[in-house]
Amino acid sequence: MSESAATQTPSQTTIQTFVIVGAGQAGGETASELRKQGFTGRIVLVGDETHVPYRRPPLSKAYLSGTATQESLYILPPAGLEKARIEFIGGVRAERIDRATKQLHLSDGRVLDYDKLVLATGGRARVLSLPGADRPNVFPLRSIADVQAMRTHCLDGKSAVIIGGGFIGLEVAAVATKLGMKVTVLEGLPRVLARVTVPEVSTFFERIHREAGVDLRTGVQITAFEGEPLVTHVLLGDGSRIAADFILAGIGQVPNVELAQQAGLAVDNGIVVDEYSRTADPDIYAAGDCANHPNEFYGCRLRLESVQNAMEQGRVVAAGLLGKSQVYNVVPWFWSDQYDLKLQMVGLSAGFDRMVLRGDLNARAFAAFYLKDGRLIAADTVGRPQDFMFAKKLVALRVVVDPQVLADETVSLKTLLPAAA
Amino acid sequence: MPTITFLEPGGKAHVVDAQAGLSVMEAATRNDVPGIIGECGGCCTCATCHVYVDVAWYGRLESADEMEQGMLEGAVEPGPLSRLSCQIKVTDAIEGLVVTIPAGQL
Repeated sequence: MSESAATQTPSQTTIQTFVIVGAGQAGGETASELRKQGFTGRIVLVGDETHVPYRRPPLSKAYLSGTATQESLYILPPAGLEKARIEFIGGVRAERIDRATKQLHLSDGRVLDYDKLVLATGGRARVLSLPGADRPNVFPLRSIADVQAMRTHCLDGKSAVIIGGGFIGLEVAAVATKLGMKVTVLEGLPRVLARVTVPEVSTFFERIHREAGVDLRTGVQITAFEGEPLVTHVLLGDGSRIAADFILAGIGQVPNVELAQQAGLAVDNGIVVDEYSRTADPDIYAAGDCANHPNEFYGCRLRLESVQNAMEQGRVVAAGLLGKSQVYNVVPWFWSDQYDLKLQMVGLSAGFDRMVLRGDLNARAFAAFYLKDGRLIAADTVGRPQDFMFAKKLVALRVVVDPQVLADETVSLKTLLPAAA
Repeated sequence: MPTITFLEPGGKAHVVDAQAGLSVMEAATRNDVPGIIGECGGCCTCATCHVYVDVAWYGRLESADEMEQGMLEGAVEPGPLSRLSCQIKVTDAIEGLVVTIPAGQL
Protein backbone atom coordinates (compact mmCIF):
# COMPACT_ATOMS: atom_id res chain seq x y z
CA MET A 1 0.00 0.00 0.00
CA SER A 2 1.15 3.49 -0.80
CA GLU A 3 2.57 5.62 1.96
CA SER A 4 2.38 8.80 -0.06
CA ALA A 5 -0.34 10.41 2.06
CA ALA A 6 1.61 9.68 5.21
CA THR A 7 4.72 11.48 4.02
CA GLN A 8 3.59 14.29 1.79
CA THR A 9 3.35 17.78 3.23
CA PRO A 10 0.76 20.22 1.96
CA SER A 11 2.13 22.84 -0.35
CA GLN A 12 2.83 26.14 1.36
CA THR A 13 2.02 28.16 -1.71
CA THR A 14 -1.20 26.80 -3.17
CA ILE A 15 -4.47 26.59 -1.32
CA GLN A 16 -5.64 23.02 -0.96
CA THR A 17 -9.29 22.06 -1.25
CA PHE A 18 -10.72 19.16 0.73
CA VAL A 19 -14.21 18.14 -0.33
CA ILE A 20 -16.34 16.04 2.00
CA VAL A 21 -19.33 14.21 0.56
CA GLY A 22 -21.94 13.71 3.26
CA ALA A 23 -22.84 16.26 5.91
CA GLY A 24 -23.73 13.79 8.63
CA GLN A 25 -21.78 13.19 11.81
CA ALA A 26 -18.72 11.67 10.12
CA GLY A 27 -18.51 14.45 7.54
CA GLY A 28 -19.14 17.19 10.08
CA GLU A 29 -16.55 15.80 12.47
CA THR A 30 -13.95 15.49 9.71
CA ALA A 31 -14.48 19.14 8.74
CA SER A 32 -14.42 20.39 12.28
CA GLU A 33 -11.32 18.34 13.19
CA LEU A 34 -9.44 19.64 10.14
CA ARG A 35 -9.78 23.16 11.53
CA LYS A 36 -8.92 22.05 15.07
CA GLN A 37 -5.71 20.54 13.66
CA GLY A 38 -4.81 23.80 11.94
CA PHE A 39 -5.77 23.19 8.31
CA THR A 40 -6.08 26.59 6.62
CA GLY A 41 -7.19 25.54 3.13
CA ARG A 42 -10.70 25.25 1.72
CA ILE A 43 -13.17 22.78 3.21
CA VAL A 44 -16.36 22.08 1.26
CA LEU A 45 -19.06 19.94 2.87
CA VAL A 46 -21.72 18.59 0.52
CA GLY A 47 -24.96 17.12 1.90
CA ASP A 48 -28.08 15.77 0.24
CA GLU A 49 -30.18 17.02 3.14
CA THR A 50 -30.68 20.75 3.53
CA HIS A 51 -29.62 20.59 7.18
CA VAL A 52 -26.19 21.42 8.52
CA PRO A 53 -24.60 18.43 10.33
CA TYR A 54 -26.86 17.18 13.10
CA ARG A 55 -26.95 14.45 15.71
CA ARG A 56 -28.92 11.42 14.65
CA PRO A 57 -29.13 9.40 17.91
CA PRO A 58 -31.80 11.71 19.44
CA LEU A 59 -34.05 11.27 16.40
CA SER A 60 -35.61 8.08 17.75
CA LYS A 61 -35.50 9.34 21.33
CA ALA A 62 -35.71 12.95 22.55
CA TYR A 63 -36.52 14.50 19.16
CA LEU A 64 -39.38 12.11 18.44
CA SER A 65 -40.75 12.57 21.95
CA GLY A 66 -40.60 16.35 21.55
CA THR A 67 -38.18 17.02 24.40
CA ALA A 68 -35.33 18.06 22.07
CA THR A 69 -35.75 20.87 19.55
CA GLN A 70 -34.50 20.71 15.99
CA GLU A 71 -32.07 23.54 16.72
CA SER A 72 -30.52 21.53 19.57
CA LEU A 73 -29.65 18.70 17.15
CA TYR A 74 -27.30 20.87 15.11
CA ILE A 75 -23.66 20.16 15.84
CA LEU A 76 -22.34 23.15 13.97
CA PRO A 77 -25.10 25.67 13.24
CA PRO A 78 -24.62 27.96 10.21
CA ALA A 79 -22.82 30.60 12.28
CA GLY A 80 -20.39 27.96 13.57
CA LEU A 81 -19.71 26.69 10.06
CA GLU A 82 -19.05 30.23 8.91
CA LYS A 83 -16.73 30.89 11.83
CA ALA A 84 -14.81 27.71 11.01
CA ARG A 85 -14.82 28.67 7.31
CA ILE A 86 -16.48 25.43 6.29
CA GLU A 87 -18.41 25.89 3.04
CA PHE A 88 -21.68 24.00 3.25
CA ILE A 89 -23.61 22.95 0.15
CA GLY A 90 -26.93 21.47 1.27
CA GLY A 91 -29.79 19.81 -0.58
CA VAL A 92 -27.50 18.64 -3.36
CA ARG A 93 -26.38 15.13 -4.30
CA ALA A 94 -22.90 14.18 -5.38
CA GLU A 95 -23.44 12.45 -8.71
CA ARG A 96 -20.04 11.37 -9.93
CA ILE A 97 -16.36 11.42 -9.09
CA ASP A 98 -13.89 11.97 -11.89
CA ARG A 99 -10.72 10.60 -10.35
CA ALA A 100 -8.52 11.45 -13.32
CA THR A 101 -9.28 15.17 -13.16
CA LYS A 102 -9.99 15.11 -9.39
CA GLN A 103 -13.42 16.60 -9.76
CA LEU A 104 -16.74 15.97 -8.06
CA HIS A 105 -19.92 16.49 -10.09
CA LEU A 106 -23.01 17.63 -8.19
CA SER A 107 -26.70 17.19 -9.01
CA ASP A 108 -27.15 20.95 -9.52
CA GLY A 109 -24.53 20.94 -12.26
CA ARG A 110 -21.70 22.32 -10.18
CA VAL A 111 -18.29 20.73 -10.50
CA LEU A 112 -15.91 20.90 -7.54
CA ASP A 113 -12.15 20.48 -7.90
CA TYR A 114 -10.60 18.61 -5.00
CA ASP A 115 -7.13 17.85 -3.75
CA LYS A 116 -8.52 15.29 -1.32
CA LEU A 117 -11.98 13.79 -1.18
CA VAL A 118 -13.76 12.24 1.79
CA LEU A 119 -16.70 9.91 1.33
CA ALA A 120 -18.91 10.17 4.40
CA THR A 121 -22.02 9.11 2.56
CA GLY A 122 -23.60 7.19 5.45
CA GLY A 123 -26.46 4.84 4.85
CA ARG A 124 -30.14 4.85 4.07
CA ALA A 125 -32.97 3.02 5.77
CA ARG A 126 -33.66 -0.41 4.34
CA VAL A 127 -37.02 -0.49 2.59
CA LEU A 128 -39.58 -3.24 3.22
CA SER A 129 -40.00 -5.50 0.23
CA LEU A 130 -43.75 -5.70 0.49
CA PRO A 131 -46.44 -4.19 -1.74
CA GLY A 132 -47.68 -1.00 -0.10
CA ALA A 133 -44.39 -0.21 1.63
CA ASP A 134 -44.35 3.08 -0.28
CA ARG A 135 -47.71 4.31 1.04
CA PRO A 136 -47.55 7.67 2.81
CA ASN A 137 -47.99 6.40 6.38
CA VAL A 138 -45.13 3.88 6.21
CA PHE A 139 -42.01 5.57 7.52
CA PRO A 140 -38.30 4.91 7.77
CA LEU A 141 -36.38 6.67 10.56
CA ARG A 142 -33.08 8.11 9.51
CA SER A 143 -33.49 11.87 9.19
CA ILE A 144 -35.11 14.96 10.70
CA ALA A 145 -37.60 14.90 7.81
CA ASP A 146 -38.57 11.28 8.61
CA VAL A 147 -39.31 12.16 12.23
CA GLN A 148 -41.21 15.31 11.30
CA ALA A 149 -43.42 13.29 8.98
CA MET A 150 -43.97 10.53 11.52
CA ARG A 151 -44.60 12.85 14.44
CA THR A 152 -47.82 14.19 13.00
CA HIS A 153 -49.23 10.67 13.54
CA CYS A 154 -47.79 10.23 17.04
CA LEU A 155 -50.89 11.19 18.96
CA ASP A 156 -52.48 9.85 22.12
CA GLY A 157 -54.79 6.95 21.36
CA LYS A 158 -53.46 6.27 17.85
CA SER A 159 -52.03 2.90 16.84
CA ALA A 160 -48.43 2.42 15.79
CA VAL A 161 -47.15 -0.77 14.19
CA ILE A 162 -43.39 -1.05 14.38
CA ILE A 163 -41.68 -3.51 12.11
CA GLY A 164 -38.32 -4.60 13.49
CA GLY A 165 -37.27 -5.22 17.09
CA GLY A 166 -33.85 -3.58 16.86
CA PHE A 167 -32.64 -0.40 18.57
CA ILE A 168 -34.70 1.96 16.39
CA GLY A 169 -37.88 -0.09 16.66
CA LEU A 170 -37.67 -0.52 20.40
CA GLU A 171 -36.75 3.11 21.06
CA VAL A 172 -39.70 4.30 19.00
CA ALA A 173 -41.94 1.76 20.78
CA ALA A 174 -40.90 3.28 24.12
CA VAL A 175 -41.52 6.87 22.98
CA ALA A 176 -44.85 6.04 21.32
CA THR A 177 -46.04 4.18 24.42
CA LYS A 178 -45.14 7.15 26.59
CA LEU A 179 -47.11 9.38 24.22
CA GLY A 180 -50.16 7.26 24.92
CA MET A 181 -50.24 5.30 21.69
CA LYS A 182 -51.24 1.70 21.21
CA VAL A 183 -48.01 0.06 20.07
CA THR A 184 -47.36 -3.25 18.33
CA VAL A 185 -43.81 -4.43 17.61
CA LEU A 186 -43.36 -7.13 14.97
CA GLU A 187 -40.06 -8.99 14.77
CA GLY A 188 -39.38 -11.72 12.23
CA LEU A 189 -36.67 -13.44 14.28
CA PRO A 190 -37.47 -15.43 17.42
CA ARG A 191 -36.30 -12.57 19.68
CA VAL A 192 -35.68 -8.82 19.70
CA LEU A 193 -32.14 -7.36 19.47
CA ALA A 194 -31.02 -10.71 18.06
CA ARG A 195 -28.28 -9.09 16.00
CA VAL A 196 -26.64 -7.36 18.96
CA THR A 197 -27.08 -9.36 22.15
CA VAL A 198 -27.69 -12.71 23.84
CA PRO A 199 -31.11 -14.31 24.47
CA GLU A 200 -31.06 -13.39 28.18
CA VAL A 201 -30.79 -9.67 27.43
CA SER A 202 -33.37 -9.94 24.63
CA THR A 203 -35.80 -11.59 27.07
CA PHE A 204 -35.24 -8.75 29.54
CA PHE A 205 -36.16 -6.10 26.97
CA GLU A 206 -39.14 -8.09 25.72
CA ARG A 207 -40.45 -8.17 29.29
CA ILE A 208 -39.87 -4.44 29.80
CA HIS A 209 -41.84 -3.59 26.67
CA ARG A 210 -44.69 -5.97 27.46
CA GLU A 211 -44.92 -4.57 30.99
CA ALA A 212 -45.20 -1.11 29.47
CA GLY A 213 -48.16 -2.29 27.42
CA VAL A 214 -46.53 -3.02 24.06
CA ASP A 215 -47.98 -5.88 22.05
CA LEU A 216 -44.64 -7.42 21.13
CA ARG A 217 -44.66 -10.37 18.77
CA THR A 218 -41.57 -12.29 17.68
CA GLY A 219 -41.12 -14.89 14.95
CA VAL A 220 -43.90 -13.30 12.91
CA GLN A 221 -44.26 -13.11 9.18
CA ILE A 222 -45.82 -10.02 7.64
CA THR A 223 -47.83 -10.97 4.60
CA ALA A 224 -49.54 -7.78 3.45
CA PHE A 225 -50.51 -4.18 4.04
CA GLU A 226 -54.20 -3.45 3.77
CA GLY A 227 -55.72 -0.05 2.99
CA GLU A 228 -55.45 2.61 0.28
CA PRO A 229 -54.11 5.25 0.05
CA LEU A 230 -53.04 4.83 3.69
CA VAL A 231 -52.26 1.48 5.22
CA THR A 232 -54.94 0.70 7.80
CA HIS A 233 -54.00 -2.86 8.77
CA VAL A 234 -50.97 -5.13 8.79
CA LEU A 235 -51.68 -8.77 8.02
CA LEU A 236 -49.61 -11.57 9.49
CA GLY A 237 -48.91 -15.14 8.42
CA ASP A 238 -50.90 -16.53 11.34
CA GLY A 239 -54.00 -14.74 10.07
CA SER A 240 -53.97 -11.85 12.51
CA ARG A 241 -54.87 -8.37 11.34
CA ILE A 242 -53.42 -5.42 13.24
CA ALA A 243 -54.89 -1.91 12.97
CA ALA A 244 -52.35 0.81 12.24
CA ASP A 245 -52.49 4.60 12.00
CA PHE A 246 -48.88 4.49 10.90
CA ILE A 247 -46.08 1.99 10.37
CA LEU A 248 -42.42 2.38 11.17
CA ALA A 249 -40.03 0.17 9.24
CA GLY A 250 -36.98 -0.18 11.49
CA ILE A 251 -35.28 -2.98 9.63
CA GLY A 252 -31.74 -1.76 9.33
CA GLN A 253 -29.79 0.33 6.90
CA VAL A 254 -27.96 -0.01 3.62
CA PRO A 255 -24.61 1.75 3.16
CA ASN A 256 -24.45 4.41 0.45
CA VAL A 257 -21.68 3.02 -1.73
CA GLU A 258 -22.89 3.87 -5.23
CA LEU A 259 -20.72 6.96 -5.69
CA ALA A 260 -17.59 4.98 -4.76
CA GLN A 261 -18.63 2.03 -6.86
CA GLN A 262 -19.16 4.16 -9.96
CA ALA A 263 -15.71 5.66 -9.43
CA GLY A 264 -14.20 2.19 -9.55
CA LEU A 265 -13.36 2.00 -5.87
CA ALA A 266 -13.65 -1.34 -4.09
CA VAL A 267 -16.97 -1.96 -2.37
CA ASP A 268 -17.74 -4.94 -0.17
CA ASN A 269 -20.39 -4.33 2.49
CA GLY A 270 -19.33 -0.68 2.45
CA ILE A 271 -16.53 1.29 0.86
CA VAL A 272 -13.33 -0.65 1.42
CA VAL A 273 -10.63 1.35 3.21
CA ASP A 274 -7.30 0.51 4.80
CA GLU A 275 -6.32 0.99 8.45
CA TYR A 276 -5.86 4.73 7.79
CA SER A 277 -9.42 4.96 6.39
CA ARG A 278 -8.02 5.51 2.90
CA THR A 279 -9.39 3.87 -0.23
CA ALA A 280 -7.06 2.44 -2.89
CA ASP A 281 -7.00 5.99 -4.34
CA PRO A 282 -4.58 7.86 -2.03
CA ASP A 283 -6.61 11.05 -2.43
CA ILE A 284 -9.92 9.51 -1.39
CA TYR A 285 -10.84 8.54 2.16
CA ALA A 286 -14.06 7.17 3.64
CA ALA A 287 -15.53 7.39 7.14
CA GLY A 288 -18.61 6.45 9.12
CA ASP A 289 -21.50 4.09 8.38
CA CYS A 290 -20.42 3.70 4.74
CA ALA A 291 -16.84 2.56 5.41
CA ASN A 292 -15.66 -1.03 5.71
CA HIS A 293 -12.40 -0.90 7.64
CA PRO A 294 -9.94 -3.40 9.09
CA ASN A 295 -10.05 -3.68 12.88
CA GLU A 296 -6.84 -5.00 14.38
CA PHE A 297 -8.47 -5.43 17.76
CA TYR A 298 -10.94 -8.01 16.48
CA GLY A 299 -8.73 -9.21 13.62
CA CYS A 300 -11.43 -8.72 11.01
CA ARG A 301 -13.06 -6.12 8.80
CA LEU A 302 -15.95 -4.14 10.26
CA ARG A 303 -18.58 -1.75 9.04
CA LEU A 304 -20.01 -0.10 12.10
CA GLU A 305 -23.23 1.87 12.27
CA SER A 306 -22.69 4.07 15.27
CA VAL A 307 -22.06 7.66 16.20
CA GLN A 308 -18.81 6.72 17.94
CA ASN A 309 -17.54 5.21 14.69
CA ALA A 310 -18.67 8.22 12.66
CA MET A 311 -16.88 10.68 14.90
CA GLU A 312 -13.70 8.75 15.71
CA GLN A 313 -13.17 7.67 12.13
CA GLY A 314 -13.89 11.23 11.01
CA ARG A 315 -11.04 12.43 13.21
CA VAL A 316 -8.70 9.73 11.88
CA VAL A 317 -9.52 10.83 8.34
CA ALA A 318 -8.83 14.46 9.22
CA ALA A 319 -5.40 13.47 10.54
CA GLY A 320 -4.71 11.42 7.42
CA LEU A 321 -5.69 14.28 5.14
CA LEU A 322 -3.11 16.43 6.89
CA GLY A 323 -0.34 13.89 6.39
CA LYS A 324 -0.45 12.67 10.00
CA SER A 325 -1.83 9.20 9.29
CA GLN A 326 -3.33 7.43 12.28
CA VAL A 327 -4.40 3.82 12.47
CA TYR A 328 -8.12 3.52 13.16
CA ASN A 329 -8.48 0.77 15.70
CA VAL A 330 -11.57 1.16 17.79
CA VAL A 331 -13.33 -0.82 20.48
CA PRO A 332 -16.93 -0.23 19.45
CA TRP A 333 -19.58 0.90 21.89
CA PHE A 334 -23.28 1.50 21.52
CA TRP A 335 -26.22 2.55 23.62
CA SER A 336 -29.97 2.61 23.56
CA ASP A 337 -32.46 4.57 25.68
CA GLN A 338 -35.79 2.88 26.26
CA TYR A 339 -38.25 4.18 28.87
CA ASP A 340 -36.14 5.09 31.90
CA LEU A 341 -33.52 2.46 31.02
CA LYS A 342 -30.16 2.94 29.42
CA LEU A 343 -28.54 -0.03 27.71
CA GLN A 344 -24.81 0.54 27.22
CA MET A 345 -22.77 -1.96 25.25
CA VAL A 346 -19.05 -2.21 24.65
CA GLY A 347 -17.18 -4.56 22.35
CA LEU A 348 -18.49 -7.23 20.03
CA SER A 349 -19.57 -10.38 21.83
CA ALA A 350 -19.49 -12.70 18.81
CA GLY A 351 -17.37 -15.75 19.58
CA PHE A 352 -17.53 -15.51 23.39
CA ASP A 353 -17.04 -18.79 25.29
CA ARG A 354 -18.41 -17.73 28.66
CA MET A 355 -21.02 -15.26 29.88
CA VAL A 356 -21.05 -13.91 33.42
CA LEU A 357 -23.99 -11.99 34.85
CA ARG A 358 -23.71 -9.31 37.50
CA GLY A 359 -26.85 -8.13 39.24
CA ASP A 360 -30.32 -9.46 38.63
CA LEU A 361 -31.97 -9.75 35.21
CA ASN A 362 -35.30 -9.41 36.99
CA ALA A 363 -34.27 -6.07 38.41
CA ARG A 364 -33.63 -3.09 36.16
CA ALA A 365 -29.87 -3.00 36.73
CA PHE A 366 -27.52 -5.72 35.55
CA ALA A 367 -24.46 -6.39 33.42
CA ALA A 368 -23.69 -9.27 31.08
CA PHE A 369 -19.98 -9.84 30.52
CA TYR A 370 -18.64 -11.88 27.61
CA LEU A 371 -15.31 -13.67 27.91
CA LYS A 372 -13.13 -15.45 25.42
CA ASP A 373 -10.06 -17.38 26.58
CA GLY A 374 -10.42 -15.67 29.96
CA ARG A 375 -10.35 -12.13 28.55
CA LEU A 376 -13.26 -9.72 28.63
CA ILE A 377 -14.27 -9.06 25.00
CA ALA A 378 -17.64 -7.34 25.47
CA ALA A 379 -20.26 -6.25 27.98
CA ASP A 380 -23.89 -5.19 27.94
CA THR A 381 -25.00 -3.14 30.91
CA VAL A 382 -28.34 -1.72 32.01
CA GLY A 383 -28.41 0.90 34.73
CA ARG A 384 -24.80 0.22 35.73
CA PRO A 385 -22.83 3.07 34.12
CA GLN A 386 -19.71 2.53 36.20
CA ASP A 387 -19.52 -1.10 35.07
CA PHE A 388 -19.88 0.07 31.46
CA MET A 389 -17.07 2.60 31.85
CA PHE A 390 -14.64 0.14 33.47
CA ALA A 391 -15.61 -2.66 31.08
CA LYS A 392 -14.66 -0.30 28.23
CA LYS A 393 -11.15 -0.05 29.68
CA LEU A 394 -10.89 -3.77 30.47
CA VAL A 395 -11.91 -4.73 26.94
CA ALA A 396 -9.50 -2.25 25.36
CA LEU A 397 -6.61 -3.50 27.50
CA ARG A 398 -7.45 -7.17 26.81
CA VAL A 399 -7.34 -7.91 30.53
CA VAL A 400 -7.69 -11.48 31.77
CA VAL A 401 -10.46 -11.16 34.36
CA ASP A 402 -11.59 -13.20 37.34
CA PRO A 403 -15.20 -14.29 36.58
CA GLN A 404 -15.99 -14.31 40.31
CA VAL A 405 -15.20 -10.61 40.57
CA LEU A 406 -17.34 -9.92 37.51
CA ALA A 407 -20.25 -11.74 39.14
CA ASP A 408 -19.92 -9.99 42.50
CA GLU A 409 -21.75 -6.68 42.30
CA THR A 410 -20.24 -5.48 45.56
CA VAL A 411 -16.77 -5.29 43.97
CA SER A 412 -15.90 -2.43 41.62
CA LEU A 413 -14.56 -3.48 38.24
CA LYS A 414 -11.92 -0.86 38.83
CA THR A 415 -10.10 -3.44 40.97
CA LEU A 416 -9.58 -5.56 37.84
CA LEU A 417 -7.69 -2.83 36.01
CA PRO A 418 -3.90 -2.98 35.88
CA ALA A 419 -2.40 -0.43 38.30
CA ALA A 420 -1.25 1.95 35.56
CA ALA A 421 -4.66 2.18 33.88
CA MET B 1 -26.01 35.04 26.51
CA PRO B 2 -24.15 33.70 29.55
CA THR B 3 -20.37 33.68 29.28
CA ILE B 4 -18.57 30.44 30.10
CA THR B 5 -14.81 30.04 30.46
CA PHE B 6 -13.18 26.75 29.53
CA LEU B 7 -9.63 26.53 30.86
CA GLU B 8 -6.97 24.24 29.51
CA PRO B 9 -4.79 22.79 32.30
CA GLY B 10 -1.95 25.09 31.20
CA GLY B 11 -4.17 28.11 31.79
CA LYS B 12 -5.20 28.93 28.21
CA ALA B 13 -8.77 30.23 28.36
CA HIS B 14 -11.55 29.71 25.84
CA VAL B 15 -14.32 32.19 26.60
CA VAL B 16 -17.59 31.50 24.84
CA ASP B 17 -20.99 33.13 24.70
CA ALA B 18 -23.35 30.26 25.40
CA GLN B 19 -26.89 30.10 24.13
CA ALA B 20 -29.42 29.56 26.91
CA GLY B 21 -31.21 26.23 26.63
CA LEU B 22 -28.19 24.35 25.34
CA SER B 23 -25.84 22.40 27.59
CA VAL B 24 -22.36 23.50 28.60
CA MET B 25 -21.04 20.65 26.41
CA GLU B 26 -22.86 22.05 23.38
CA ALA B 27 -21.54 25.53 24.14
CA ALA B 28 -18.05 24.00 23.97
CA THR B 29 -18.48 21.88 20.84
CA ARG B 30 -20.19 24.67 18.91
CA ASN B 31 -17.23 26.90 19.63
CA ASP B 32 -14.48 24.38 18.89
CA VAL B 33 -13.24 24.20 22.47
CA PRO B 34 -10.65 21.38 22.52
CA GLY B 35 -10.94 18.27 24.70
CA ILE B 36 -14.73 18.30 24.94
CA ILE B 37 -16.21 15.96 22.38
CA GLY B 38 -19.75 15.04 23.42
CA GLU B 39 -19.76 11.90 21.35
CA CYS B 40 -23.14 10.65 22.61
CA GLY B 41 -24.72 14.02 21.91
CA GLY B 42 -25.44 14.86 25.52
CA CYS B 43 -27.34 11.93 26.96
CA CYS B 44 -24.89 10.99 29.69
CA THR B 45 -23.48 7.95 27.91
CA CYS B 46 -19.88 8.57 26.88
CA ALA B 47 -18.18 10.90 29.42
CA THR B 48 -16.20 12.62 26.64
CA CYS B 49 -17.48 16.00 27.87
CA HIS B 50 -16.01 15.59 31.35
CA VAL B 51 -14.82 18.81 33.07
CA TYR B 52 -13.72 20.00 36.50
CA VAL B 53 -16.04 22.73 37.75
CA ASP B 54 -14.41 25.68 39.48
CA VAL B 55 -14.64 25.12 43.23
CA ALA B 56 -16.64 28.29 43.75
CA TRP B 57 -19.19 27.12 41.22
CA TYR B 58 -19.46 23.43 42.02
CA GLY B 59 -21.97 23.77 44.88
CA ARG B 60 -24.09 26.28 42.97
CA LEU B 61 -24.97 23.78 40.25
CA GLU B 62 -27.67 21.16 40.55
CA SER B 63 -25.98 17.98 41.72
CA ALA B 64 -25.18 15.04 39.47
CA ASP B 65 -27.75 12.24 39.39
CA GLU B 66 -26.90 8.58 39.91
CA MET B 67 -26.34 7.90 36.22
CA GLU B 68 -23.91 10.80 35.88
CA GLN B 69 -22.10 9.83 39.07
CA GLY B 70 -21.63 6.30 37.71
CA MET B 71 -20.26 7.61 34.41
CA LEU B 72 -17.90 9.97 36.23
CA GLU B 73 -16.33 7.10 38.20
CA GLY B 74 -14.93 5.79 34.94
CA ALA B 75 -14.16 9.15 33.30
CA VAL B 76 -10.62 10.32 32.47
CA GLU B 77 -8.87 11.35 35.72
CA PRO B 78 -12.04 11.91 37.79
CA GLY B 79 -11.90 14.18 40.83
CA PRO B 80 -14.17 15.71 43.47
CA LEU B 81 -15.17 18.58 41.16
CA SER B 82 -15.86 16.37 38.14
CA ARG B 83 -19.06 16.83 36.14
CA LEU B 84 -20.29 15.86 32.70
CA SER B 85 -20.77 19.19 30.95
CA CYS B 86 -23.69 17.80 28.94
CA GLN B 87 -25.66 17.59 32.16
CA ILE B 88 -25.21 21.28 33.03
CA LYS B 89 -27.84 23.46 31.38
CA VAL B 90 -26.94 26.92 30.18
CA THR B 91 -29.12 29.46 32.01
CA ASP B 92 -28.61 33.04 33.13
CA ALA B 93 -27.79 31.60 36.56
CA ILE B 94 -24.47 30.24 35.30
CA GLU B 95 -23.19 33.55 33.90
CA GLY B 96 -19.42 33.51 34.46
CA LEU B 97 -19.11 29.74 35.00
CA VAL B 98 -15.52 28.49 34.91
CA VAL B 99 -14.60 24.87 34.15
CA THR B 100 -11.26 23.17 33.44
CA ILE B 101 -10.69 20.55 30.76
CA PRO B 102 -8.90 17.43 32.09
CA ALA B 103 -5.35 17.10 30.73
CA GLY B 104 -6.01 13.50 29.65
CA GLN B 105 -8.76 14.64 27.28
CA LEU B 106 -6.48 17.00 25.35
